[in-house]
Amino acid sequence: MKSETQTAKAVSHTDEPKTARTLFRSDAMQRIMAFSALIVLAIGFSIASPYFRTFDNFVGILLATAVNGVLGLGVTFIIITSGIDLSVGTVMTFSAVMTGVFITNWHLPIPIGILGGILAGSLAGFINGTVISRMKIPPFIATLGMLNIARGLSLVISDLHPIYFNDTPAFREMAMGSVVGKIIPGFEVPNAVFIMFGAAIIAHLILSRTILGRYTFAIGSNEEATRLSGVNVAAWKTAVYALGGFFAGMGGVLIASRLNSAQPALGFGYELDAIAAVVIGGTSLSGGEGSILGTIIGAFIMSTLTNGLRILSVPQEWQIVVTGGIVILAVFLDILRRRR
Amino acid sequence: MIKVPPAPSSEKEYLLRMDGIYKSFPGVQALSDAKFELRYGEVHALVGENGAGKSTLMKILGGIYEKDNGQIILEGNEVEITSPGMAQHLGISIIHQELNLMPHLTVAQNIFIGREPRTRIPFVVDENTTNEKAMGLFELLNLRLDPTTKVADLTVAKQQMVEIAKALSFNAKILVMDEPTAALTDTEIEELFTVIRQLREKGVGIVHISHRLEELKQISDRVTVMRDGKYIDTLMTSEARIDHIISLMVGRTIYESVPELPENPDQEVSLEVRNLNRGKILRDVSFSLKKGEILGFAGLIGAGRTEVARVIFGADSHESGDIFIKGKQVHIKSPTDAVTHGIGYLSEDRKRYGLTLAMDVKENVAMAAMKKFLRWLGLVDFKKTNERGREMVEALNIKTPSLEQKVKFLSGGNQQKVVIGKWLTADTDILIFDEPTRGIDVGAKSEIYKLLNDLAHQGKSIIMISSELPEILRMSHRVLVMCEGRVTGILNAREATQESIMKFATMRSEAVLVTEQ
Repeated sequence: MKSETQTAKAVSHTDEPKTARTLFRSDAMQRIMAFSALIVLAIGFSIASPYFRTFDNFVGILLATAVNGVLGLGVTFIIITSGIDLSVGTVMTFSAVMTGVFITNWHLPIPIGILGGILAGSLAGFINGTVISRMKIPPFIATLGMLNIARGLSLVISDLHPIYFNDTPAFREMAMGSVVGKIIPGFEVPNAVFIMFGAAIIAHLILSRTILGRYTFAIGSNEEATRLSGVNVAAWKTAVYALGGFFAGMGGVLIASRLNSAQPALGFGYELDAIAAVVIGGTSLSGGEGSILGTIIGAFIMSTLTNGLRILSVPQEWQIVVTGGIVILAVFLDILRRRR
Repeated sequence: MIKVPPAPSSEKEYLLRMDGIYKSFPGVQALSDAKFELRYGEVHALVGENGAGKSTLMKILGGIYEKDNGQIILEGNEVEITSPGMAQHLGISIIHQELNLMPHLTVAQNIFIGREPRTRIPFVVDENTTNEKAMGLFELLNLRLDPTTKVADLTVAKQQMVEIAKALSFNAKILVMDEPTAALTDTEIEELFTVIRQLREKGVGIVHISHRLEELKQISDRVTVMRDGKYIDTLMTSEARIDHIISLMVGRTIYESVPELPENPDQEVSLEVRNLNRGKILRDVSFSLKKGEILGFAGLIGAGRTEVARVIFGADSHESGDIFIKGKQVHIKSPTDAVTHGIGYLSEDRKRYGLTLAMDVKENVAMAAMKKFLRWLGLVDFKKTNERGREMVEALNIKTPSLEQKVKFLSGGNQQKVVIGKWLTADTDILIFDEPTRGIDVGAKSEIYKLLNDLAHQGKSIIMISSELPEILRMSHRVLVMCEGRVTGILNAREATQESIMKFATMRSEAVLVTEQ
């Protein structure tokens, strides 16, 4: 968002009442458009195949979105600061492995194990943030390094074997059981889905109502001006990346619960899906704007697409191609929308 | 929130006094024994040419630079200002030309960034109180602003108001405004002046840095002139004449001798530009350049001279206007086109745009004309590049240990010669020099001037953009003066004086400006 003139640098437009143009550009409009895209997809697939529009399939989509959605929450904050985090996938795996170590190997109570796993993720995020703010290493490089470190540590700690939770069936119940199903018979939606929505609500509140959210936008909008205004940008940036690690940790616990095991070789590639969800949801890579709602919609668009294509027997490889194409299309549409 | 200061007593008559300020940067003495003094409830204009030291002095006041020597006395107490935070704390607020705002945040959020009112829930921001407090500030200034508007949706004029409101929220006693009217329409300027007058009534001291001398007459009480980093004089604005202010700004500088200009150039026109327009940056620019002529481009920073050069060179686009070379119309869409038509551009910042610092002398010399140095399959003919490099080093007297010396190790003057060598190798006839002697010592400067003269003798057509008026007067056949994107005057160099050039350089158009889409 740079202006060509040599004088005032801040982007400006003439003071106009809410015309159709400003409305088109507003954040709310962007969210509505993304949501409409989702609805169109869902309707399209429902028409194309009867197998799509079953309750079980919808639940399947919800479940498939759970982990990616949680990961996307932290990444949303990071991208709003105009940073990036490539390590969320492997940090997720690392957290899953640590949860396995705590619960299965060390026989700690399940709640402690879960807390430990999430803390492990937060620690990795905190390290990312420190490296980026204090050592001034670009986020791309710093988190790329962490990606490999976390991946390596997962393999080392787990000794290359998956860690199973068979001794503690309550752990699997956490994500895959259905509290709602017990209250409303026939409505067997796994807890993981509600955990994701709950996390999203909390993330939304943090982003829109707290000082952390405020500074996230400020840093992304004009980091230098924020620093000159006396805000400790280094500290708050570190906090944002730590938050990213926190959600990666949460995702790790969720996926370990879903699979009833910690799979050390998993995770690589999850970060790209998380980033894609954030970007499709309308958060700009140049920073300063974005929303949790957008990210959740973005995550659903991706899993709906994948699911629908699979039901239509499109080979898996092509699904990935389509997802990549959608990301480019979404960002392009967003750039157009902004420029107009 | 604004504390009205007590009536001035004899000890605290001055709100601010800066005395004996010295500041140097590597290679340049930016300030020598600079002074400045500000009273309560005064609008004090600070004027001077580019590089006179006004910004440096104010940045020291604002805690952005540290002075080497001197005193700052604020309300009777000596202070050491070591950081921007401290300056703000002391009640000094600077509004820079590039506004320090976060465009995605709202007005109120911008004003209270770092000091957000909180609710009782930890970490949660109290948005309503933030907006209310902002409204309170606006009332003090009679501003009509919605605190919930995103800053990006405001005009530049309103954004400036936000900065002023922010300064007020810090109980600013001193407000420094750097070129505040540069981007405003006439109506907006009036609104700004109304606000400034209100602040003055409240006892705030305002430093108004501007090149627009007629405006200063309207708004300022006193005006201080600086030149070459030194304090020159302070005048009561009501008694000062603009001519007098200009002569103080420009002074009489002794200039070392330089080769005489060649005789009158041919009448053949090598470059003609008609009605060039580029948004608000260039407006209706027209001129012609003759063969063998040196046309000096004078004007203040931001006047649009570099922008004209970049458009002619194809580095930037233009909305309308025509360019003719040797009488034929050309369409230059990129620097590649420009070079093909024989135009070369020596940029202001030679380290960024003129040289590849990591490469050596001969590689840089050959850079703009690689076609000449290729063998089949795209292989580089090293024998030829060596030969050419040697030729240029000799012809231009480039001091370098070898052709293989990386140019980043050469002195400024020799680097500039390498750039000239590059354009000569590319067989360019029309050369645009942008600040050719910036950052070059006196000895090397004479050599560059001699080179320019030789090139003109050989029939090259030269545009020389410079902020040093003596240089322009010495080297040019004619002088073209720009102000805020317009050509305000084309003078014959023999008849021009520093004062007359300055007059054209500060001559804003009197017509009412309408906001353009």
